[in-house]
Amino acid sequence: MFRGVVGADAYEVYVEHQQRVHPGQPVQCKKDFWRDKTDRQDTNPTARCC
Amino acid sequence: MSTTPSRTEVTDLPPVSVDRSSGPDPMSPTARIVYAIIAALGAVGWAMIAFVRGEEVNAVWFVFAAVCTYLIAFRFYARFIEWKVLKPRDTRMTPAEEFENGRDFMPTDRRVLFGHHFAAIAGAGPLVGPVLAAQMGYLPGTIWIIVGVVLAGAVQDYMVLHMSIRRRGRSLGQMARDELGRVGGIAAIVGVLAIMLILIAVLCIVVINAMAESPWAVFSIAMTIPIAIFMGVYLRYLRPGAVTEVSVIGVVLLLLAIISGGWVANSSWAEFFTLSPLALAWWIIAYGFAAAVLPVWLLLAPRDYLSTFMKIGTIVLLAVGILVAMPVVQMPAVTRFASDGAGPAFAGSLFPFLFITIACGALSGFHALISSGTTPKLIEKESQARLIGYGSMLIESFVAIMAMVAAITIDQGTYFSMNAAKALTQGTPEGAAEFVNGLGLTTPGGAPLPPIDAATLVAEAQAVGEESIVSRTGGAPTLAFGMAEVMSGALGGAGLKAFWYHFAVMFEALFILTTVDAGTRVARFMFSDALGNIPGLSRFKDPSWTVGAWIATIIVVAGWGSILVMGVTDPLGGIYTLFPLFGIANQLLAAIALTVVTTILIKQGLLKYAWIPGVPLAWDLIVTLSASWQKIFSGDPKIGYFAQHTRFKEAAAAGEVLGPAKDAGDMQQVIANTMIQGIMSIVFAGLVVIVVAAAIAVWVKAIKAGSLPTSEAEDVPSRIFAPSGFIPSEREKAVLQQWEEAGLDPSPAAARHR
Repeated sequence: MFRGVVGADAYEVYVEHQQRVHPGQPVQCKKDFWRDKTDRQDTNPTARCC
Repeated sequence: MSTTPSRTEVTDLPPVSVDRSSGPDPMSPTARIVYAIIAALGAVGWAMIAFVRGEEVNAVWFVFAAVCTYLIAFRFYARFIEWKVLKPRDTRMTPAEEFENGRDFMPTDRRVLFGHHFAAIAGAGPLVGPVLAAQMGYLPGTIWIIVGVVLAGAVQDYMVLHMSIRRRGRSLGQMARDELGRVGGIAAIVGVLAIMLILIAVLCIVVINAMAESPWAVFSIAMTIPIAIFMGVYLRYLRPGAVTEVSVIGVVLLLLAIISGGWVANSSWAEFFTLSPLALAWWIIAYGFAAAVLPVWLLLAPRDYLSTFMKIGTIVLLAVGILVAMPVVQMPAVTRFASDGAGPAFAGSLFPFLFITIACGALSGFHALISSGTTPKLIEKESQARLIGYGSMLIESFVAIMAMVAAITIDQGTYFSMNAAKALTQGTPEGAAEFVNGLGLTTPGGAPLPPIDAATLVAEAQAVGEESIVSRTGGAPTLAFGMAEVMSGALGGAGLKAFWYHFAVMFEALFILTTVDAGTRVARFMFSDALGNIPGLSRFKDPSWTVGAWIATIIVVAGWGSILVMGVTDPLGGIYTLFPLFGIANQLLAAIALTVVTTILIKQGLLKYAWIPGVPLAWDLIVTLSASWQKIFSGDPKIGYFAQHTRFKEAAAAGEVLGPAKDAGDMQQVIANTMIQGIMSIVFAGLVVIVVAAAIAVWVKAIKAGSLPTSEAEDVPSRIFAPSGFIPSEREKAVLQQWEEAGLDPSPAAARHR
């Protein structure tokens, strides 16, 4: 539960999604996934409240 | 967006929603009894804090009054809004389900999302505002924090969330453009951008006031940067994805940084880390720029993990601390500053300035930016919006109540010494004692407060490991002091007081710096996007164009940086002059959000229920516009920016120097600052008036026509099921049973959390 709140389970979420929705398609490895995830945030920042 | 594979017929699935056609479940006899007890407890809590004003009011009553009111509001008012107005349809896909892509669009378990949404909306605002508001006594602030959240703040968050879910997770700015038309939309976007700049600048002043001349605080906060970079490198190269692990390491390093800050403060390095407010301002400006252009993985992302960890941990810690220590309230219910408007922390009387100052804990426009855009992409079911939107905001209000408790349970003499600007206290313990003793303060029972002496203030500063606690304005140091008292009271050990003080300073700084770096980055993209709409500048829309990114970042940082430098060098005190602008800006953002929500209701033909967001909107407009009016037109130089401007200008022309200015240079600075602050007040108020005027034009059209089409996206049938509250209802349990019997997972994407 706590891992979900802080977003630590993002990779498992992705793998589950990939296997269920796009079966047979390649799944990124853990390292590539996290790299890709933070690189996306470069151009898609999320606001934090005051 | 993503393409979901062939959708089979929906009829082959168990129900995706409980049958909502027959209205809400009737209350069971047990529930009736439970809520009757909650109501009675809440009433006792309110009676204790509002009417039983003996010498001893225990802070625990605040917790009772708040929590019981929240539970009643959530069960009755929020449900009324749900069933009568918003009418969620769980048969409809949310953006999370419709565009599921395994990344930013993803159905997420409601309990996880509750924590996630709360972590995104909680920040330093609700901690700082109530502390300053405490100068008017505990009662006015407490009433507004609780009543305001129930009727305004939580309603705004809930409705914006619901409406963004119905619009594929569109942002507030986009919804404003869609629903209010071109002029209203542009004014809303410019308003949001301008408001962000002032918010960032004022938050920086808050954190600088806690760090200035304090080598302990500067060292430990500076250490957060190498710690974050270490975490970033660790996550990228050593152990990708080990978020919990690296956060725990980060927190341990952070605690180490706090402890070693004490050693540094007592060593020969102390001088190196003793920085003036102006020097700190330049460091933070450099930091803000770096954080906005460096890759996110290096600094921003790890910092965010650290901040989330600390946020949840510290809030729980403080709540437990208050319940264990059960501190006694030192502040009277209402002080004379509520009516005479001459309080040292901020100027102006209860109406409208109390509401402006508390801001985020009761109603925060900033939340509309999270409720639209981010959370709709993660929510499983429309009917969960009440829990996530309304519920999370109630917790935020509770954080504000705890900040209020921390401020009102410290000694009044200490409170006012810390929160009066240097101009009043001369910055010395003797000056502060003399100033405070001249205020005519009373005890909660109404007797004159015994005079304080300078030695007490010196001893209190030493107890928290600081050189001085006089004129540490901005709310953060006061909260840290209060929290240190609560925590050392709860756990014993007066020796740990200095640790807790710096722990609190550090965690506030962490919040604020996370807002500063993320906010600068968000503002940079908003600004580039806005520039890109101007003919000839379309290249700014390309996020990979480095030159454009740098230009936009420089302009954004210069925007808040110049306000920051103005604030820290202001002879009148940056918090005193700028905090009202911060509050006004945030409340005006709330006005924009509430306007958009009200407009959508009216367009949908729900005029009958337009009062639900309409009354908070009207109240918010009355408060903010009258505050703006006073800031612009008041003849009292303490309140009106232009009155102060004229006063100093005339004195300067006559060759005089008015206190607290010390020389002709200070005089010129006050003259320039008051002019800029006055102009900012006019710009903010003007933008909001344009937005509201554009909305009223739409309302008239919609009322004449009965209703108008809105930008609501068409229904796509849902294929998942999830309960709407923390605990499934009887009917929801029955549906879950059907899924189980069919051998299917009701919400496979969120299954990992169960």
